[in-house]
Amino acid sequence: MMNSYVIDRRLNGKNKSAVNRRRFLERYKKHIKRAVNDAVNKRSITDMEHGESISIPSEDIREPSFGHGQGGRRTIVNPGNKEFVSGDRIAKPQGGSGQGGGDGQASDSGEGMDDFTFSITQDEFLEFLFEDLELPNLVRKDLKSMDDFVYRHAGYTNTGVPAKINVVRSLKNAHARRIALSGKSRRRLKEVIRLLAEEEEKDSALRSTALIDELLEEKLKLETKIGRLPFIDDFDLRYNLSAKEPMPSNAAVMFCLMDVSGSMTQATKDIAKRFFLLLYMFLRRNYEKIDVVFIRHHTSAKEVDEEEFFYSRETGGTIVSSALRMMDDIVRERYPTSAWNIYAAQASDGDNWNDDSPICQKLLEQSILPSVQYFSYIEITPRDHQALWHAYENVQASFPNQFAMEQIVDQGDIYPVFRQLFQRKVT
Amino acid sequence: MSIELTSPKDPRHEPITTSSEWTFERIQEFDRIIGAIAREYRLDTYPNQIEIISSEQMMDAYSSVGMPVGYHHWSFGKQFLQTQNNYERGFMGLAYEIVINSSPCIAYLMEENTMAMQALVIAHACYGHNSFFKNNYLFKTWTDATAIIDYLVFAKDYVAQCENRYGVEAVEKILDSCHALQNYGVDRYKRPAPISAAEERARQEEREQYLQQQVNLLWRTIPTAREEADQVKRARFPEEPQENLLYFIEKNAPLLEPWQRELVRIVRKIAQYFYPQRQTQVMNEGWASFWHYTLMNTMYDRGYVNEAFMFEFLSSHSSVIYQPPYDSKYYSGINPYTLGFNIYSDLRRMCEHPTDEDREWFPEIVGRDWLDTLHFAMENFKDESFIQQYLSPKVMRDMKLFCVYDDQDSPEYEIRAIHDDPGYRQVRSALADQYNLSTREPNIQIVDVNLRGDRSLTLKHTRHNNIPLNNECEEVLRHVHRLWGFDVRLESYDGDECVKRYRMPPEATSAEEPSLEHLRYV
Repeated sequence: MMNSYVIDRRLNGKNKSAVNRRRFLERYKKHIKRAVNDAVNKRSITDMEHGESISIPSEDIREPSFGHGQGGRRTIVNPGNKEFVSGDRIAKPQGGSGQGGGDGQASDSGEGMDDFTFSITQDEFLEFLFEDLELPNLVRKDLKSMDDFVYRHAGYTNTGVPAKINVVRSLKNAHARRIALSGKSRRRLKEVIRLLAEEEEKDSALRSTALIDELLEEKLKLETKIGRLPFIDDFDLRYNLSAKEPMPSNAAVMFCLMDVSGSMTQATKDIAKRFFLLLYMFLRRNYEKIDVVFIRHHTSAKEVDEEEFFYSRETGGTIVSSALRMMDDIVRERYPTSAWNIYAAQASDGDNWNDDSPICQKLLEQSILPSVQYFSYIEITPRDHQALWHAYENVQASFPNQFAMEQIVDQGDIYPVFRQLFQRKVT
Repeated sequence: MSIELTSPKDPRHEPITTSSEWTFERIQEFDRIIGAIAREYRLDTYPNQIEIISSEQMMDAYSSVGMPVGYHHWSFGKQFLQTQNNYERGFMGLAYEIVINSSPCIAYLMEENTMAMQALVIAHACYGHNSFFKNNYLFKTWTDATAIIDYLVFAKDYVAQCENRYGVEAVEKILDSCHALQNYGVDRYKRPAPISAAEERARQEEREQYLQQQVNLLWRTIPTAREEADQVKRARFPEEPQENLLYFIEKNAPLLEPWQRELVRIVRKIAQYFYPQRQTQVMNEGWASFWHYTLMNTMYDRGYVNEAFMFEFLSSHSSVIYQPPYDSKYYSGINPYTLGFNIYSDLRRMCEHPTDEDREWFPEIVGRDWLDTLHFAMENFKDESFIQQYLSPKVMRDMKLFCVYDDQDSPEYEIRAIHDDPGYRQVRSALADQYNLSTREPNIQIVDVNLRGDRSLTLKHTRHNNIPLNNECEEVLRHVHRLWGFDVRLESYDGDECVKRYRMPPEATSAEEPSLEHLRYV
């Protein structure tokens, strides 16, 4: 009559609160952003790959309701009396409204003083970090987009062209089919072989040759029957299936140029690395298909991978134009402007061979800037600017929309400058 | 409360299991045995739906107050983050169970629990709470267990629909404001109409139109000569003070759109569903604790569980009903589990082993059938009256209850009464009063609407022992203002004297008052 049902719900989703959680984050975006900004300045470079613990003053997020305040006359019943008798009078604790023996009310308001703390994931961290930012001058280069496709693996199919046969899958199927179809015969075969052996072991007087012959014949028949099963059949065949996917038309390439010469101190490099790291994560986040080229230079430039770019050391003098020239070459070779949006960011401490700065200016003005969407330059130095900065100022004057430059003095500047350079432009 | 483990009286059965691991078969077997014993004790329950969930899912359940479906709102997200943070940092353990008042009665069991814990939870939630939900008069009056899930689904769909049509933000604003008033969404003395999702859905559109029509009538702006005359006669609207603020707003707020009224109604209806819970905490938790204790002991007596099982059970049981003394750093008020458990246990003791004191204090209980007495006590009271009726001198002595009087104007606390002969009655009344809803929440009612003038709404706060409102009051008034759409006033009275006035939006008094002062002195 009275029934209980036991239900296993563990396989149901555990993210029932996801929507409410997102609503909460959305509502307190301002607070969270502030916390994220602070966190970026405090974090080490290798530290961007995880979430963050966020604190918001409880005052700001409380849900108000009518309740009793302090004051008035109250009678409160408490447990655990030890020495009190009726009529005792106890002085209230001085200074502060803290009700020693408080009721629920008092503990509620006590709790209200604390900050409300919770964690956000790495994804959310980055989302808050990079909100409202975008790559400037993103032009849709869709000349080639119509006939640009990639083929992606999309499972298996049982029809297809011979070139697409998946050998392993097909043989697996064949094997399974052979096992399935020959099961009865092979079981009998085993039986026959066992009987044969038994019979042959018997004393010659008891041995029945007729039976042996019969068994031998059956054995042969079974073996041919099993042998007749085709090793591979048409319906065993499996083909790789590929799906045609259009290439996204927003192909973009980002050049990161950094000075790693002897004049760059470790601290300067750290700041530069942070800037690029921010940039790199930003790109990876905003654009699914994006190439990044890392070029570091001292007197000569070298294209390196991400790991080497951030974590290897070199010394020597400085010739900035070597990096610019290399970038120019790479653009020509691999990134035709008809198909790619080209962005570049350069970090340096401002040191350069004096003779080289005009060359840089010429390179930028004549060959690089006409083909790039945006070129940003950060100079990490507390000192006065040198020739390179002044040369770049000229560049900025002639290409105000494509060229931006900022100075960074210490770590605290990185994020504000980054935001400034990549702020979403309101048009 | 001392707990002794005596050897089984009549070991007629083999233990169901000696393992501490739970399996589905064992849970079913335990449920079957516990259910059978519960019926011997006349526990009348809704069918049970026992759901095994993970700790993550428990956190989800937590943040929606156990409601299996709920509309979306940021405050539930906040609750979730808070639970998650506290749990992951080890500041709190998760409750072993959550149970909600519905038919079937849904109880959540965490997969991390041992078999003994699962058995405790089944006894506590599926037979203790469940029978309370089904038989206590407040729950019978205020909630319809068979309809609640459907209603929650309706509410969720309706809110989502509004979000699609009017935007998340617009919906959120109304819900925020309603949540601020959700404790003021019940008529305490009127019996509510039962919730029915099907009816709600069917009538909702009809109601929208009808409601709007009514509101329009009330706010018709061209007064006729006849009405002017009426106006003198019927100066006040509402005629009687209204304690159900949300209901009044739903029916009378001049500017709300029909869908906004429906949202007010949804928050009101759901708050109403939780209303009995707020008033029967001691009774409900005490009842469930008393029964998990009694059922487990009966199982042990009959040999269904062994000593190891009982030790684990008793250790959990004693931490559940532990009451830290007032001067402990763990003290955060009276533990409702302890108080309730002690009162029910003492009721049984008075029936079975009465003393002279009991004969003097509870002549109508002594010697009666203990099951009759306990069921009657569970069915017909709420915390306030339950304590007033049944808190015995023995329980007061055991818990060493004492009564502290705190007057804001005095530099000292005064011990008014303790657990001794002259003090029992006073301690008991004071404790009962502590569970009186108007002691816990300020008494605020709507007393006036200025129908022909600025359409302002006036609330009256009647102070209890001159206790003022908290500092969130103005924030709440901002929400009332959002719902009402015109000026809102709140007057706080101590007796007949108006002690403080609030106004939303804040009054520009500084300009008027000095000029009056000035005139007076000219």
